[in-house]
Amino acid sequence: MTFRKYLVLAGVAVFSAAGDSLLARGMKDLGGVSLHNLSSLILAILDPWVACGILLLLAFFASYMSALSWADLTYVLPASSLGYVLVALAARFGFHESISPARWMGIALITAGVGFVAAGPSLTPSRKLAADVISQQEAQS
Amino acid sequence: MKEAYAWAAIGLIVVASTTGDILLSHAMKKVGDVGELWKRHGLLKVIGRVLATPTFFLGLVAMGVAFYSLLFGLSWGDLSLVAPASASLTFVANAFAARLFLHERVGRRRMLAALLVAGGVALMAI
Repeated sequence: MTFRKYLVLAGVAVFSAAGDSLLARGMKDLGGVSLHNLSSLILAILDPWVACGILLLLAFFASYMSALSWADLTYVLPASSLGYVLVALAARFGFHESISPARWMGIALITAGVGFVAAGPSLTPSRKLAADVISQQEAQS
Repeated sequence: MKEAYAWAAIGLIVVASTTGDILLSHAMKKVGDVGELWKRHGLLKVIGRVLATPTFFLGLVAMGVAFYSLLFGLSWGDLSLVAPASASLTFVANAFAARLFLHERVGRRRMLAALLVAGGVALMAI
Protein backbone atom coordinates (compact mmCIF):
# COMPACT_ATOMS: atom_id res chain seq x y z
CA MET A 1 0.00 0.00 0.00
CA THR A 2 1.51 3.30 -1.14
CA PHE A 3 0.61 6.85 -0.10
CA ARG A 4 -1.22 7.33 -3.41
CA LYS A 5 -3.44 4.33 -2.65
CA TYR A 6 -4.34 5.69 0.79
CA LEU A 7 -5.20 8.96 -0.91
CA VAL A 8 -7.59 7.14 -3.28
CA LEU A 9 -9.25 5.42 -0.29
CA ALA A 10 -9.62 8.83 1.42
CA GLY A 11 -11.26 10.10 -1.78
CA VAL A 12 -13.74 7.20 -1.64
CA ALA A 13 -14.73 8.22 1.92
CA VAL A 14 -14.90 11.99 1.39
CA PHE A 15 -16.72 12.03 -1.96
CA SER A 16 -19.35 9.47 -0.92
CA ALA A 17 -20.15 11.32 2.32
CA ALA A 18 -20.34 14.75 0.67
CA GLY A 19 -22.34 13.41 -2.29
CA ASP A 20 -24.88 11.60 -0.11
CA SER A 21 -25.35 14.69 2.08
CA LEU A 22 -26.09 16.91 -0.92
CA LEU A 23 -28.48 14.33 -2.44
CA ALA A 24 -30.39 14.05 0.82
CA ARG A 25 -30.64 17.85 1.03
CA GLY A 26 -32.03 17.99 -2.51
CA MET A 27 -34.58 15.21 -2.05
CA LYS A 28 -36.04 16.99 0.98
CA ASP A 29 -36.95 19.89 -1.36
CA LEU A 30 -38.87 17.54 -3.62
CA GLY A 31 -40.94 15.86 -0.91
CA GLY A 32 -42.53 12.40 -1.19
CA VAL A 33 -42.29 10.62 -4.51
CA SER A 34 -45.04 8.04 -4.94
CA LEU A 35 -45.33 5.11 -7.31
CA HIS A 36 -47.83 7.18 -9.33
CA ASN A 37 -45.40 9.94 -10.30
CA LEU A 38 -42.16 8.09 -10.75
CA SER A 39 -41.22 10.51 -13.53
CA SER A 40 -40.46 13.11 -10.85
CA LEU A 41 -37.50 10.90 -9.86
CA ILE A 42 -36.01 11.46 -13.29
CA LEU A 43 -36.62 15.20 -13.04
CA ALA A 44 -34.95 15.15 -9.60
CA ILE A 45 -31.55 15.54 -11.29
CA LEU A 46 -32.55 19.10 -12.29
CA ASP A 47 -32.47 20.18 -8.64
CA PRO A 48 -29.12 21.96 -8.01
CA TRP A 49 -28.45 20.09 -4.74
CA VAL A 50 -29.14 16.75 -6.41
CA ALA A 51 -27.00 17.73 -9.44
CA CYS A 52 -24.00 18.70 -7.25
CA GLY A 53 -24.51 15.51 -5.24
CA ILE A 54 -24.40 13.46 -8.44
CA LEU A 55 -21.16 15.20 -9.54
CA LEU A 56 -19.52 14.31 -6.21
CA LEU A 57 -20.84 10.77 -6.45
CA LEU A 58 -19.19 10.50 -9.90
CA ALA A 59 -15.88 11.47 -8.28
CA PHE A 60 -16.61 8.85 -5.62
CA PHE A 61 -17.27 6.28 -8.36
CA ALA A 62 -13.94 6.98 -10.10
CA SER A 63 -11.94 6.59 -6.89
CA TYR A 64 -14.00 3.54 -5.89
CA MET A 65 -13.31 1.82 -9.24
CA SER A 66 -9.63 2.65 -8.95
CA ALA A 67 -9.47 1.19 -5.41
CA LEU A 68 -11.31 -1.97 -6.49
CA SER A 69 -8.72 -2.53 -9.21
CA TRP A 70 -5.99 -3.17 -6.61
CA ALA A 71 -7.82 -4.12 -3.40
CA ASP A 72 -10.51 -6.57 -2.24
CA LEU A 73 -14.12 -5.40 -2.04
CA THR A 74 -14.18 -6.33 1.66
CA TYR A 75 -11.11 -4.09 2.14
CA VAL A 76 -12.43 -1.03 0.27
CA LEU A 77 -15.96 -1.04 1.69
CA PRO A 78 -15.08 -0.41 5.35
CA ALA A 79 -12.83 2.46 4.22
CA SER A 80 -15.82 4.09 2.53
CA SER A 81 -17.69 4.06 5.87
CA LEU A 82 -15.14 6.51 7.30
CA GLY A 83 -17.19 9.14 5.45
CA TYR A 84 -19.89 8.90 8.13
CA VAL A 85 -17.26 9.62 10.77
CA LEU A 86 -15.96 12.59 8.76
CA VAL A 87 -19.46 14.09 8.47
CA ALA A 88 -20.04 13.70 12.23
CA LEU A 89 -16.65 15.20 13.11
CA ALA A 90 -17.22 18.10 10.71
CA ALA A 91 -20.59 18.74 12.37
CA ARG A 92 -18.98 18.65 15.82
CA PHE A 93 -15.86 20.72 15.26
CA GLY A 94 -16.85 22.75 12.18
CA PHE A 95 -20.43 23.63 13.06
CA HIS A 96 -20.32 23.04 16.84
CA GLU A 97 -23.25 20.63 16.80
CA SER A 98 -23.39 18.24 19.72
CA ILE A 99 -22.86 14.52 19.17
CA SER A 100 -24.91 12.07 21.26
CA PRO A 101 -23.14 9.26 23.18
CA ALA A 102 -24.69 6.72 20.76
CA ARG A 103 -23.09 8.51 17.80
CA TRP A 104 -19.70 8.62 19.54
CA MET A 105 -20.14 4.86 20.05
CA GLY A 106 -20.92 4.50 16.33
CA ILE A 107 -17.80 6.49 15.44
CA ALA A 108 -15.73 4.21 17.69
CA LEU A 109 -17.18 1.03 16.12
CA ILE A 110 -16.62 2.21 12.54
CA THR A 111 -13.08 3.34 13.30
CA ALA A 112 -12.33 0.02 15.00
CA GLY A 113 -13.77 -1.90 12.04
CA VAL A 114 -11.73 0.08 9.51
CA GLY A 115 -8.60 -0.34 11.64
CA PHE A 116 -9.19 -4.10 11.80
CA VAL A 117 -9.35 -4.41 8.02
CA ALA A 118 -6.56 -1.93 7.30
CA ALA A 119 -4.16 -3.91 9.51
CA GLY A 120 -4.63 -7.00 7.31
CA PRO A 121 -3.71 -7.66 3.67
CA SER A 122 -5.50 -5.52 1.07
CA LEU A 123 -5.79 -8.18 -1.62
CA THR A 124 -6.51 -11.91 -1.55
CA PRO A 125 -3.70 -13.54 -3.53
CA SER A 126 -5.17 -15.16 -6.61
CA ARG A 127 -3.41 -17.75 -8.70
CA LYS A 128 -5.35 -16.81 -11.80
CA LEU A 129 -4.57 -13.08 -11.44
CA ALA A 130 -0.87 -13.80 -10.84
CA ALA A 131 -0.84 -15.95 -13.96
CA ASP A 132 -2.55 -13.14 -15.92
CA VAL A 133 0.09 -10.63 -14.82
CA ILE A 134 2.93 -12.95 -15.80
CA SER A 135 1.43 -13.68 -19.21
CA GLN A 136 0.92 -9.94 -19.79
CA GLN A 137 4.53 -9.20 -18.92
CA GLU A 138 5.67 -11.97 -21.24
CA ALA A 139 3.53 -10.62 -24.05
CA GLN A 140 5.05 -7.17 -23.62
CA SER A 141 8.67 -8.28 -23.52
CA MET B 1 -47.78 2.72 4.41
CA LYS B 2 -44.95 5.23 4.39
CA GLU B 3 -42.89 2.88 6.54
CA ALA B 4 -43.59 -0.07 4.22
CA TYR B 5 -42.40 1.93 1.19
CA ALA B 6 -39.24 2.93 3.06
CA TRP B 7 -38.40 -0.68 4.06
CA ALA B 8 -39.20 -1.99 0.57
CA ALA B 9 -36.76 0.60 -0.77
CA ILE B 10 -34.15 -0.45 1.82
CA GLY B 11 -34.46 -4.12 0.77
CA LEU B 12 -34.14 -3.17 -2.89
CA ILE B 13 -31.09 -0.97 -2.18
CA VAL B 14 -29.31 -3.79 -0.29
CA VAL B 15 -29.88 -6.41 -3.02
CA ALA B 16 -29.08 -4.05 -5.91
CA SER B 17 -26.00 -2.46 -4.39
CA THR B 18 -24.53 -5.78 -3.25
CA THR B 19 -25.03 -7.17 -6.77
CA GLY B 20 -23.48 -4.02 -8.21
CA ASP B 21 -20.48 -4.08 -5.86
CA ILE B 22 -19.73 -7.72 -6.67
CA LEU B 23 -19.99 -7.16 -10.44
CA LEU B 24 -17.90 -3.97 -10.39
CA SER B 25 -15.25 -5.51 -8.18
CA HIS B 26 -15.08 -8.51 -10.53
CA ALA B 27 -14.77 -6.16 -13.52
CA MET B 28 -12.00 -4.06 -11.99
CA LYS B 29 -9.98 -7.11 -10.94
CA LYS B 30 -10.12 -8.18 -14.59
CA VAL B 31 -8.98 -4.73 -15.75
CA GLY B 32 -6.04 -4.80 -13.36
CA ASP B 33 -4.30 -2.08 -11.32
CA VAL B 34 -5.60 1.16 -12.83
CA GLY B 35 -2.67 3.23 -11.53
CA GLU B 36 -0.11 0.95 -13.17
CA LEU B 37 -2.07 0.79 -16.44
CA TRP B 38 -2.37 4.58 -16.54
CA LYS B 39 1.36 5.04 -15.95
CA ARG B 40 2.29 2.55 -18.65
CA HIS B 41 -0.34 3.06 -21.34
CA GLY B 42 -2.16 6.32 -20.55
CA LEU B 43 -5.69 7.18 -19.41
CA LEU B 44 -7.39 6.32 -22.72
CA LYS B 45 -6.16 2.74 -22.48
CA VAL B 46 -7.57 2.51 -18.93
CA ILE B 47 -10.98 3.83 -20.02
CA GLY B 48 -10.97 1.54 -23.06
CA ARG B 49 -10.16 -1.48 -20.92
CA VAL B 50 -12.91 -0.68 -18.39
CA LEU B 51 -15.50 -0.09 -21.13
CA ALA B 52 -14.57 -3.40 -22.79
CA THR B 53 -15.50 -5.34 -19.63
CA PRO B 54 -19.11 -6.61 -19.78
CA THR B 55 -19.53 -7.08 -16.00
CA PHE B 56 -18.76 -3.35 -15.60
CA PHE B 57 -21.99 -2.45 -17.43
CA LEU B 58 -24.06 -5.04 -15.55
CA GLY B 59 -22.64 -3.57 -12.33
CA LEU B 60 -23.58 -0.06 -13.47
CA VAL B 61 -27.17 -1.17 -14.14
CA ALA B 62 -27.40 -2.70 -10.64
CA MET B 63 -25.92 0.49 -9.12
CA GLY B 64 -28.44 2.55 -11.09
CA VAL B 65 -31.28 0.50 -9.62
CA ALA B 66 -29.77 0.99 -6.14
CA PHE B 67 -29.40 4.74 -6.72
CA TYR B 68 -33.01 5.27 -7.77
CA SER B 69 -34.22 3.04 -4.92
CA LEU B 70 -32.26 5.33 -2.59
CA LEU B 71 -33.88 8.46 -4.04
CA PHE B 72 -37.26 6.72 -3.74
CA GLY B 73 -36.56 5.64 -0.17
CA LEU B 74 -35.25 9.06 0.87
CA SER B 75 -38.40 10.73 -0.37
CA TRP B 76 -40.51 8.44 1.87
CA GLY B 77 -38.45 7.67 4.93
CA ASP B 78 -36.12 9.82 6.98
CA LEU B 79 -32.52 10.07 5.88
CA SER B 80 -31.69 8.83 9.38
CA LEU B 81 -33.50 5.55 8.73
CA VAL B 82 -33.03 4.81 5.03
CA ALA B 83 -29.34 5.67 4.58
CA PRO B 84 -27.91 3.91 7.65
CA ALA B 85 -30.23 0.88 7.48
CA SER B 86 -29.43 0.20 3.83
CA ALA B 87 -25.73 0.98 4.27
CA SER B 88 -25.23 -1.19 7.33
CA LEU B 89 -27.14 -4.16 5.86
CA THR B 90 -25.16 -3.78 2.62
CA PHE B 91 -21.85 -4.13 4.52
CA VAL B 92 -22.92 -7.47 5.96
CA ALA B 93 -24.46 -8.72 2.70
CA ASN B 94 -21.28 -7.77 0.83
CA ALA B 95 -19.01 -9.65 3.22
CA PHE B 96 -20.94 -12.88 2.53
CA ALA B 97 -21.29 -12.21 -1.20
CA ALA B 98 -17.58 -11.38 -1.63
CA ARG B 99 -16.62 -14.67 -0.02
CA LEU B 100 -19.17 -16.62 -2.07
CA PHE B 101 -18.77 -15.03 -5.51
CA LEU B 102 -15.36 -13.33 -5.53
CA HIS B 103 -13.61 -15.96 -3.38
CA GLU B 104 -12.11 -13.21 -1.25
CA ARG B 105 -10.51 -14.41 1.94
CA VAL B 106 -13.11 -13.10 4.39
CA GLY B 107 -11.72 -14.46 7.61
CA ARG B 108 -12.68 -13.66 11.17
CA ARG B 109 -10.92 -10.29 10.92
CA ARG B 110 -12.94 -9.01 7.95
CA MET B 111 -16.23 -10.53 9.12
CA LEU B 112 -15.80 -8.84 12.50
CA ALA B 113 -14.91 -5.59 10.73
CA ALA B 114 -18.07 -5.79 8.58
CA LEU B 115 -20.19 -6.31 11.71
CA LEU B 116 -18.44 -3.48 13.60
CA VAL B 117 -18.91 -1.09 10.69
CA ALA B 118 -22.54 -2.17 10.20
CA GLY B 119 -23.24 -1.65 13.91
CA GLY B 120 -21.40 1.67 13.90
CA VAL B 121 -23.30 2.98 10.88
CA ALA B 122 -26.60 2.00 12.52
CA LEU B 123 -25.62 3.73 15.78
CA MET B 124 -24.67 6.92 13.94
CA ALA B 125 -28.34 7.32 13.02
CA ILE B 126 -29.60 7.48 16.60
